[in-house]
Amino acid sequence: MIENIDLSLVNWSRGQFALTAMYHWLFVPLTLGLSFILAFMETMYVRTGDEKWKKITRFWMTLFGINFAIGVATGIILEFEFGTNWSNYSWFVGDIFGAPLAIEGIMAFFLESTFVAVMFFGWEKVSKKFHLVSTWLVAIGANLSALWILVANAWMQYPAGMHFNPDTARNEMINFWDVLFSPVAVNKFLHTISSGFILASLFVIGISAWFILKKRELLFARRSIIVGAVFGLVASLFTILTGDGSARAMAARQPMKFAALEGLYDGMSGAPLVAVGFVGNQSDTVNNYQKDLKMKIEVPNLLSFMAFLNPNAFVPGINDMIKGNSEHNIMSAQEKIERGRVARSTLKAYKDAKDAGDSVKYNELKAKFDNPAFLENYFKYFGYGFINNPESLIPSVPISFYSFHLMVILGFYFVLICMLALRYALTNSLEQHKRFLRLAIFTIPLPFLAGQAGWIVAEMGRQPWVVQDYLPTFAAVSHIDTSAVQITFWLFAAVFTALLIAELSIMIKQVKTGPK
Amino acid sequence: MTVGKRLWVIILIKLFIMFAILKLFFFPDFLETKFNTDKERSNYVIEQLTR
Repeated sequence: MIENIDLSLVNWSRGQFALTAMYHWLFVPLTLGLSFILAFMETMYVRTGDEKWKKITRFWMTLFGINFAIGVATGIILEFEFGTNWSNYSWFVGDIFGAPLAIEGIMAFFLESTFVAVMFFGWEKVSKKFHLVSTWLVAIGANLSALWILVANAWMQYPAGMHFNPDTARNEMINFWDVLFSPVAVNKFLHTISSGFILASLFVIGISAWFILKKRELLFARRSIIVGAVFGLVASLFTILTGDGSARAMAARQPMKFAALEGLYDGMSGAPLVAVGFVGNQSDTVNNYQKDLKMKIEVPNLLSFMAFLNPNAFVPGINDMIKGNSEHNIMSAQEKIERGRVARSTLKAYKDAKDAGDSVKYNELKAKFDNPAFLENYFKYFGYGFINNPESLIPSVPISFYSFHLMVILGFYFVLICMLALRYALTNSLEQHKRFLRLAIFTIPLPFLAGQAGWIVAEMGRQPWVVQDYLPTFAAVSHIDTSAVQITFWLFAAVFTALLIAELSIMIKQVKTGPK
Repeated sequence: MTVGKRLWVIILIKLFIMFAILKLFFFPDFLETKFNTDKERSNYVIEQLTR
């Protein structure tokens, strides 16, 4: 049945998930970053006793509240979709996802939601210090919420700390710490939350720039820009660092994704990093995946260094992973497919033996699923057993390439904006740099774009996998009517667009009103 | 209407749409509604993964 699955169902299910995740990610990063900015500002108020800091904190807290109220719970829709549209996947990963998501619900969500009430409604009702502690706990709780869902996502990119149970068809967690502290999870969490910090910082800088251009609330705007620029600069540099860590983790564990985002078809030693380039013609013959980038500007040896901390290291290309490369000990896609088919047929034989009550064969096959050699040599490639055409193992190179380079270029641009903002604020010359102020306003949507590009790299770049090497996306969907997915796709599009319009209109009105 | 009241209205409408309409009418749990026991669900998924 899986071989004959309706691809339009898969594509609509993917489209719906992408739509809801991308809208959700418009609200979340602002919450993650702005919560810490509020904590910094309120700390200044409590330490100095200066009422102006309180006024600054309360203004940004109102904008935080608008974003929080409209964005909260939009992520729950993703969980609806898991159960309805992605039932094979949900069952397959259930026990691994269960623990992080339960911890998110119990610890982080309650921490965040309890103290957010004190933060919004507790002014003048609780002591200054208790209020400040509540604001910090909201920031920590919001970011801890992100930790657990990102750990779950990281497991899909690099499954670790689990054992597959052939009786239940579920993965069971055998080492929580391997799941939590996998290199992919650590880098993903730090990279993602720090990108949210940049986004919130540029949001604060941009809106403050508008006030200065309007010659309103100058002290408020300058102080806000200093907080935003310092936080944004630190976060930008940290994001570059964690991005570097993410790239290294990807090169080791998702080499196809790594090759796709650099458009690297033929692997090489001392591989250069493409700073800027255009993807060439994608038309191809069956056995030749060679394409090239047009008008590329490269930095020699940097890709090898980025991937393996060695400027002369060999970086495998797409062709190496499809055709295999014996010199560098890279298995061909066809060999992986054969091994995956053995793993799938072993699971089928196991189920048949169980159903037939053949205890000898059942015990013999059960032992295989506990045998490290079988797990390493065959079950590790289980997902490849679904693949008919090796070429379908190649993700979209243009989408991966352009999304990655857009994200990186914007990342460096944000460093520059934060540095300029800090310099002009510290020299008290913001009002003289009207072009910069306009640029800061223009920059507000760009970190949202960079964040979306980052998620496109992460999720489109790992196709065809929903769980890397174990479960392809087309095998993960539920067999439901495509029309049902289409209807809810448009329903979500309408609801989320309405929420976004509501957020923007309320926020713009509140900004125009200004701090009170 | 104050900002706070407007936000509460949006929150309530949003939660109503999400839980009383979308979840109830459009997002039943596929395996929960189709099978009664975990064993049946396991068998179904194994069949899906091995066909």
